[in-house]
Amino acid sequence: MVTAERVWAALAEIPDPEIPVISLVDLGVVRDVEVENGRVHVEFTPTFLGCPALEVMRDAMAARIAELGAEAEIEVVLDDSWSTDRITPEGREKLRASGFAPPTPRTAGGPRLVQLESNAFRCPYCGSTETALENIFGPTPCRSIRYCKSCRQPFEQFKTI
Amino acid sequence: MNAPGLLELADDELVLGWRDSEWTGIAPFLEEDVAFSSIAQNEIGHARALYELAARELGTTADELAFDREPSEYLSAPLVELRLVPDWAGTIARHYLYETADAIRIEALKQDGNAEVAGLAAKIDREEVYHRMHAEMWVDRLGAEPRLREALERLWPYALGLLDEELRPAFAKRVGMPADTAPVARGTHTEELVPLWEEMTEVRRSVPGATW
Repeated sequence: MVTAERVWAALAEIPDPEIPVISLVDLGVVRDVEVENGRVHVEFTPTFLGCPALEVMRDAMAARIAELGAEAEIEVVLDDSWSTDRITPEGREKLRASGFAPPTPRTAGGPRLVQLESNAFRCPYCGSTETALENIFGPTPCRSIRYCKSCRQPFEQFKTI
Repeated sequence: MNAPGLLELADDELVLGWRDSEWTGIAPFLEEDVAFSSIAQNEIGHARALYELAARELGTTADELAFDREPSEYLSAPLVELRLVPDWAGTIARHYLYETADAIRIEALKQDGNAEVAGLAAKIDREEVYHRMHAEMWVDRLGAEPRLREALERLWPYALGLLDEELRPAFAKRVGMPADTAPVARGTHTEELVPLWEEMTEVRRSVPGATW
């Protein structure tokens, strides 16, 4: 018998297609799971709208739910409900441990250039806050590039949105 | 906002995303290759989400709206159609003017009566913040350069045409340009749109209904 708990557990095993150290549940993109008569309804909220991983995530969820013996209906919710604040504490720790600096908490009014140019960002390798913004944009829409002046290592910083 | 308004926004974002992607591989330095490629990806992502909302109302699909219309049916503003490569000053001027105008209309759209439209506008704005930072950083850097000033003046009538009349004074004030300039308004197209459309829709026209 498929239950919402089993679905959540199954979705927590699906890695993010671009940053496979964290799962879709860690990433906070699964907003709700409802099970009714063997049908599973998942509310899925995209991260960045242009992210090519979205289709991969949607298909992976449908396939995993099918393995549980249920029919999946993945509803893509295009509202404002996803923010980097939805990444779980476990997800943040996994990001840091694999060399991605996790996003800083969102402040009122959203991120600003003076913040990005400040020392509020910690190097995921040595822990120093002596880091500088190299490029607002990085290898995927969700990342910026910073440089650690202490250990002289460039690193990827998850953008706060 | 209903389908025609959504299509104006979506067409602007799609066409500008395409223009921005023309810098991939040939920007002045690597960081800008990455920046303009990433911005292009975001803009096309926004276009897709806006097309999806419009498509639901019109009983069609986002791909059909993006690729199956004739060039004359697009509602894009002339500003986004201009092919500016290899003019970096012009590209930065358009980037700055477009992102500032876009912020003003997205801000208005966040108050839209349709909750789905308002929610999507808020989501788009979270990403656009980074485009604005990037544009403003470049305008700070090149602010005193005659080539940038000249480009801003040359593109200003086009930029003013991005917005509906009631939003233009706020836009002019924010960028410090005259509000009484005659705009190159939406509703006409530049000669540069057709070659862009031919390239953008080539796969779709060669293999109708192709998916990938």
